[in-house]
Amino acid sequence: MAAVQETVDRVRRIDVDQYRYGFETLIESDKAPKGLSEDTVRFISAKKNEPAWMLEWRLEAYRRWLTMTEPTWARVHYPKIDYQDLYYYSAPKPKKQIGSLDEIDPEILKTYEKLGIPLREVEVLEGVVRPEGERRIAVDAVFDSVSVATTFQKELKQAGVIFMPISEAIREHPELVRKYLGTVVPTSDNYFATLNSAVFSDGSFVYVPPGVRCPMELSTYFRINERNTGQFERTLIIADKGAYVSYLEGCTAPQRDENQLHAAVVELVTLDDAEIKYSTVQNWYPGNSEGLGGIYNFVTKRGDCRGNNSKISWTQVETGSAITWKYPSCILRGDNSRGEFYSIAISNGHQQVDSGTKMIHLGKNTTSRIISKGIAAGVSQNTYRGLVTAHRKATGARNFTACDSLLIGDKCGAHTVPYIEAKNSSALFEHEATTSKISEDVLFYCVQRGLSQEEAVGLVVNGFVKDVLQQLPMEFAVEAQKLISISLEGSVG
Amino acid sequence: MNVVLAKTETAHAQSDMLAVARDRLPGAGKVADTRRQAFEAYARLGLPYRRIEDWKYTDLRVLMREVLPLAAAPDAAAMKRAATALKLHAIAGVRPLVLVDGVFAPTLSETAGLEKGLGIRTLREALEAGDAALLAQLFSPDSSDAMVALNSAMMTDGVVIEIADGAVLEQPLHIVHIASGMIPAAMFTRSLIRVGKHTTATLVESYIGAEGTKAYQVHDSLVVAIGDGARLDHVRLIEDSREAFNISSAVVTLGANAHFNTFGMNTGSLVSRYQAVIAVAGEGSRVETNGVNLLNGRQHADTTLFLDHAVPNCSSREIFRAVVDDRGHSVFQGRIIVRPKAQKTDARMMTRALLLSDEAEADNKPELEIFADDVTCGHGATAGALDDSLLFYLRARGLSEKEAQALLIQAFVGEAIEQIANDALRELAVLAAQRWLAARG
Amino acid sequence: MSLLEVKNLQVRVEEREILHGLSLTVNPGEVHAIMGPNGSGKSTLSHVIAGKPGYDVTGGEILFKGEDLLEMSPDQRSAKGVFLAFQYPVEIPGVATMTFLRTALNAQRKARGESEFSTPDFLKKVRSVAASLNIPQDMLRRGVNVGFSGGEKKRNEILQMALFEPSLCILDEMDSGLDIDALRVAADGVNALRSPERAMVVITHYQRLLNYIVPDFVHVMSKGRVVKSGGKELALELEASGYAQFEDAA
Repeated sequence: MAAVQETVDRVRRIDVDQYRYGFETLIESDKAPKGLSEDTVRFISAKKNEPAWMLEWRLEAYRRWLTMTEPTWARVHYPKIDYQDLYYYSAPKPKKQIGSLDEIDPEILKTYEKLGIPLREVEVLEGVVRPEGERRIAVDAVFDSVSVATTFQKELKQAGVIFMPISEAIREHPELVRKYLGTVVPTSDNYFATLNSAVFSDGSFVYVPPGVRCPMELSTYFRINERNTGQFERTLIIADKGAYVSYLEGCTAPQRDENQLHAAVVELVTLDDAEIKYSTVQNWYPGNSEGLGGIYNFVTKRGDCRGNNSKISWTQVETGSAITWKYPSCILRGDNSRGEFYSIAISNGHQQVDSGTKMIHLGKNTTSRIISKGIAAGVSQNTYRGLVTAHRKATGARNFTACDSLLIGDKCGAHTVPYIEAKNSSALFEHEATTSKISEDVLFYCVQRGLSQEEAVGLVVNGFVKDVLQQLPMEFAVEAQKLISISLEGSVG
Repeated sequence: MNVVLAKTETAHAQSDMLAVARDRLPGAGKVADTRRQAFEAYARLGLPYRRIEDWKYTDLRVLMREVLPLAAAPDAAAMKRAATALKLHAIAGVRPLVLVDGVFAPTLSETAGLEKGLGIRTLREALEAGDAALLAQLFSPDSSDAMVALNSAMMTDGVVIEIADGAVLEQPLHIVHIASGMIPAAMFTRSLIRVGKHTTATLVESYIGAEGTKAYQVHDSLVVAIGDGARLDHVRLIEDSREAFNISSAVVTLGANAHFNTFGMNTGSLVSRYQAVIAVAGEGSRVETNGVNLLNGRQHADTTLFLDHAVPNCSSREIFRAVVDDRGHSVFQGRIIVRPKAQKTDARMMTRALLLSDEAEADNKPELEIFADDVTCGHGATAGALDDSLLFYLRARGLSEKEAQALLIQAFVGEAIEQIANDALRELAVLAAQRWLAARG
Repeated sequence: MSLLEVKNLQVRVEEREILHGLSLTVNPGEVHAIMGPNGSGKSTLSHVIAGKPGYDVTGGEILFKGEDLLEMSPDQRSAKGVFLAFQYPVEIPGVATMTFLRTALNAQRKARGESEFSTPDFLKKVRSVAASLNIPQDMLRRGVNVGFSGGEKKRNEILQMALFEPSLCILDEMDSGLDIDALRVAADGVNALRSPERAMVVITHYQRLLNYIVPDFVHVMSKGRVVKSGGKELALELEASGYAQFEDAA
C-alpha cells in the first residue's frame, strides 16, 4: 500500500540528530578521578562533607556491588559498560558561596533558559500562570551532580515542607534521612541501585509533615552535562500522615557521541492517609540516526504505601534515552492503599525501551491501576514488562491493567510481558493488551480532510495516549504533548 | 535447597541412569550419538528451576527433585492392571494405541484393519529402521530445554503415525499412556503424527495410572506435522494418579491453509507441565489452542504455549481456563511471536483463572512479541473468585452453594470446552469436568 | 472553465481494470448524480478523485480548476476544495470531534495561505453550523464517529462539509444505512450548501436519494464507463426500468 510505503520512507529519514536540546554549557567542573574504587566513594562523600555513617553506608553498598553482576533479562542490548572508564562525580566549580540566584554562573542560567526552565521566581510565576488560576512550581535544579539552586524555599519552609538537595538533607536532617533512606530500595536491591547507593552525587529530598498539603508542585530538572559523567541521583520523598505532595521530574541532556550512564534511585514513602503523585517527562538524548550516543537510563523507582489508605501515583512520559530500563513500582503494604502507573513510552530511531511497573499487593483491599501506552517507530524496540501480584493476606486486592502498543512502520517491535500472580481467591485482576498500527483508513480520512500525513499521525497518537496525558499536572501535560510531537517528527518525516 | 548441590546430584544420578538403561534404548549409530548429545545437554542444564525464565513458576528442583530410574518393562501382572485401567477410561469408537510403562502394548492396541492411507509403527521400530528423514523429524524438538533433551536421550517407545495425502480418517486415534508399575519409576516416550496434505484426522491422548500406582513420572513428547490444507483435531486428557508427575512437550508445524485445533484438560497428576511450540509456517493457516485446568489438593499444573507466526495471513486463538481449589497452583504462560514478515496476523489469547480457595494460586504470563505492524494482536487475563451476586441469584432459586458453584464453574470452563470440534470428544471433556466437580462434594 | 474535468480515466486495482475510459465534466453550481449497479465503478471514481491509495491510474486525466488533480496528495486536494463524504466514515477513538474539526480546518487554511481561526471564532462557527444540522454539543465532544449512529455519522460528514466550504462535494452513497427521516435531515443539510460556486457529485445506487437532492444531470455508469447521461428524468426512468438495459450497452 502506498501509504504504508510513505510511512516507511519517512521513518527511514529519521532525523533524531536534530535533537532540540543538544547544546553544551562551557563551564569548568570539579571532577573526581576517573574510575570506581573505595577511594572514589570516599572522595564523593568527602566532597559532600558527609557524616561518617553516610560514608559507611556508601562503602557497604560499594562492597556489595563488587559481588553483583549486571542484569541481562531485559530486552535491551548495548555494548559492555566499562565502569572504570567513567567519572563518578562532577560539580560546577564553586566560584564563591552562593547566596542568591544572581550569583549563579550566568552560563548555567543560560542553559536553563534554553531549556525553558523558569529558575527565577519571577519567571516561574510568569511561566505557569494559567487562566484557571495561579499555580506555582518550586524548582530544585540538578546541574550535573550538584543542586545549584532551589527556589521557593521560604514559602515551603512556612508550610513545614522540607525540599532541598539530598546532600544538604544528610547534613541538616540526618534523623529523617537515616530513618527512610534505603528502606524502599535497599542497597542490595539490584546492580544499578547498589551502584547508585555507593556513588550517588545528589538529588532531591522532600519531607511533607503530617496533615500538610504541599502548597505548590515541586519540580526537579535533571540535566546531564559533563562528558563521561555517570549521573547518579538519589531522590527520597516522604509524605507523613495525611500529607500530599505532587512532584515533577523533567530531564533533558545535551547531545553527545559517547553513551552516558544514568542510574538513579527514587524512593517514595507514604504513611497513613498520605499521597504522593510523581510525574516524569524524560527526553534525554536518544542517540543519532545511526544509533550512536544517547543516554543509558537504568533507573530504580519504587514507592512504599506504608500507611493505611495511602496512595502513590506514577506518571511517566518517556521519549528519550538510547536505553530505558525502568519500572516505577508500588508496594501496597497499608490496608486500602492504592498504586497507579500511567505511562507513555515512545521509541524511535534505534531506541530500546524496557519499562513497566510492579504492583505488589500486601495489604487488605489494596487497589492498583496500570495504563501503559507504548509507541514504537523506526527500528526501535519497545517492551512493556509488568508484575501484578497479590499475596495470601492481600484479601480484596484489585488490579486493572491495560497496555496498548502502536507500531509505526514495519522495522520496529512492540512487546508485552506481563506477570499476573493471584495468590488468594478474593483478589480480582483484569488485564488486557492490544497491539495495532495506525489504520490506513484513518490516515487517509484525516489526509482527505487536509491534514498532512505527519499531522494525521500526530493526531491519532495524541488520541492514543490521551488517557495518560490527562494524569499529568497541566504544566507538564502541555510540555509532554509537545515532546510527543517532537519525537514523532522523526518518525513520519 | 542448595541449588548447586542439587544440580550436581541430578547430573550425577542421571549419567548413571543412561549407562544403566543403554541396552534398553532402541537405535544404534547416529541415533545413539544423538541420544548422547541430548544427554550431555541435559547434564549441563540439570532440572529446570525458577531462575530459568520459562520455568519461573514450575521449579522442578523443588517440585520433582529428581528423575526416577527408567521403568521396567511391564510383566503379566502389570499388563493386567493396565487392561483394567484401560477399560475404565475407554472411549467408544476410537482406535486405541496403548503404551504401558513406556512400552507399546500390541495386545491392548488395535493395529489391524487400518484405514486407507494410515500407517502406524512403534517408535522403537522407527528408531531401529533408521530412515534419515523420519529420524530428523523425530529429533526435531529443541534440546535447549532440559526436559526435552532428557526425553530425546531416554525415549524408549511411542507411536509413529503417518497419514497419506488426501486420506480422510473417520476414526479418531487414541494414544493411551498407562502407568502400571507398583514401584515409582520414569517412562520416556515420544510419538509422532504426520498428517498428509488435504487430510483430516483426530488424535486423542490420555494419561492414566492403574490402580495403586503412585508417584511415577511421565516424560512424553509429541511431534506433529500438518500438511498443506490438512486439519488435525487434538485432545489431551491428563488423568494421571494424584501423586504422579507428567512432563510433556509438543512441537507442531503447520503448512499452508492448515488447521490445528487442540484442547487440553488437566484433572490428574500432582505436578504437570505441558509445553508446546506451535509454528505456523504456511500462509492462510489457523490455530486454536484451548485448555482447562481443574485443580485441587496440592496439584500444580503448568501450560506453556509458544505460538510462532512466521508467515502472513494466519490466525490463532488461545482460550484458557483454570479453576483452582485448596492449595492448587495453576500456571499459564502464553507467548505469541509475530515475526517481521507475518503481516495480517490475527492472534488473540484469553486466559482466565477462578480461585476457589484462599490458598489457591494462579499465575498468568501472556506475552506478545510483535515485529510486524499490520497485525491485530491482543491478550486478556483475569483472575478472581466466583461472582457473589450470581451465586446469590442461583441460591435464591434453590440451588445449594456447591450446586451453584458447580453451575458457574461449568459455564466458566465451558467457554474453552466448546472449542472442541468433535462432538464425542467435547462430551468427554464435559464429563471429565463434571466428574471433577462431583468429587469436590 | 469547468470545475472538474475527468477525461478518459482508466483505473486499475491490482491488475484489474475498474474504470475503462470514463469522462465527466462538472461546472460550478451544478449537481450531478452518478447512478449505477454495484460494481460499476462509482465508488472507485470517488476514491480516485479524492486520491485514496491503492488505485493505479493507467490513463486519462483529472483536472480540477484547470490543475492536474492526480499530481496532488489527498490533503492538497482537500485544501483545493475537494470534499469526499465517505460511505463509511471511520471511527477515531480518543480524538474529540471538536479537536479534529479545528485541526483539519486550520490545516486546510494554512495550506491555502490563509490565517488560522482563533479559538473563539472557530467555536462560534462550529456551534452555528452544528445547530443548523441539529447536532448536539455532546456529539462534538465525543471521539470522531465513535459510538455514533449511522445518521449521526452522516450528519458529522455534512457538518464538515459546511465547515470546510469546499467547491466540490462528492457524496458517496450518502443514503446507505439511513432511514427515511435521517435521510431527509442529511439531504436538507446538503441542499442548504448548494450554491452557484459549489458543485456536487452525488453517487447513489437508488433513485430515492434524488427525490431529496434533485440533480441537474444524471449519469448512468455500468462496467466502468458512463453509458448514458441526461437530466433528472433519467433517474425516474431508471427507477422504472432498472439497470439491466445498460448492462449490455456497456
